[in-house]
Amino acid sequence: MSYAIFVNGQIHHVEDDGQTPLLWVLRDTLKLTGTKYGCGVAQCGACTVHVDGQPMRSCTLPLEIVASSQITTIEAVEGAEAEAVRAAWLARDVPQCGFCQSGQIMCAVALLRTVGSPTDGDVDTAMSGNICRCATYNRIRAAIHDAAGTLRGQTT
Amino acid sequence: MIGSRESSPEPRRRRFRIGCLPIVLVVVAAIVLAIVYVLYPRTMPQTQPIPAAQLLEQIERLRPVSDFDGIPDLQERSIALFREAGRVLESPRCMNCHPRTDRPTQTDAMRPHTPWVSRGPDGAGEAAMRCSTCHREENYAASGVPGNPKWKLAPIEMAWQGKTLGEICRQILDPARSHMNREELFRHMVEDELVAWAWTPGGQRTPAPGTQAEFGAIIKAWLDTGGECPR
Ligand code: FES
Ligand code: FES
Repeated sequence: MSYAIFVNGQIHHVEDDGQTPLLWVLRDTLKLTGTKYGCGVAQCGACTVHVDGQPMRSCTLPLEIVASSQITTIEAVEGAEAEAVRAAWLARDVPQCGFCQSGQIMCAVALLRTVGSPTDGDVDTAMSGNICRCATYNRIRAAIHDAAGTLRGQTT
Repeated sequence: MIGSRESSPEPRRRRFRIGCLPIVLVVVAAIVLAIVYVLYPRTMPQTQPIPAAQLLEQIERLRPVSDFDGIPDLQERSIALFREAGRVLESPRCMNCHPRTDRPTQTDAMRPHTPWVSRGPDGAGEAAMRCSTCHREENYAASGVPGNPKWKLAPIEMAWQGKTLGEICRQILDPARSHMNREELFRHMVEDELVAWAWTPGGQRTPAPGTQAEFGAIIKAWLDTGGECPR
């Protein structure tokens, strides 16, 4: 069946089964390979995208239910939070192999949009579904605090 | 001097030799046999449909209400009915979302939920890590993630894990904790779509025993006989 999906501000017409995970559509059809496939069973967070602003695992999101939603992937996430996260990630040199990082960043941006000054507990709760095989967790948490500081207009 | 080597008195021992041809023949024969073995048509095991009768046996049934008519004492009958309903209430499909902590459990083994999640202010997760991050309105076969439009935890006052059936009984009858009167409780048991999910959990998950209609009939009979609780 044909679906019109709204990804990164553009409408794409996709010919696929309605039960196809959005992750496959993003990666294989639209060639937006910044979103990663880690587990396919909602356990790792590597496939996180924003659906109407909410972070969601695209491996467990059937194409047919996102046809009316605004989808944003790592390739196009923007705004003050995204900029602050990008700067903090670069300053802290957060990624190691990088595989998990687009999911981490999408979740970090979503967290900072909902909680301006997250505590360590808030970060751990929001990021608990994002696994990093290289264990960059401490740098991720520090970078989120840095980004929150930047957004509050402070220098940390 | 040179000639002395040739005229060695010891005759050379004859060694048993295999020519190259037999080896080649053996190798060729082995290859031919292997090809025949690999290509030989064999009937593969076929999937067999499971007879419907067997399927019915696999589903755990609930006893019909009429089964309890023989208990003359009303209080005893009511308790027996609740014990039967308890088979549903205490199934992992119900218990997993009635945890005594802020975190649900999962699978038939009721192990802690992965990823690590927390109930949050409304029982549907914390900011940026909501149930809806992964759970949709329906079970999703591609990822194996179960789903329902109302997917969330029961309130902490309705924690069932670690409680006896009697304690669960008194808890659900207490409007301060269940936030329901008896009529609402009955409606919740028979009509709520999240409760209904327990019988259609999808994947490899074991459904709650019986059907929601059978369960509703038992709950009704239990309430009609006074809604008595086991000790
Ligand atoms: S690939 Fe979606 S959570 Fe792992
Ligand atoms: S940076 Fe390697 S998995 Fe996270």
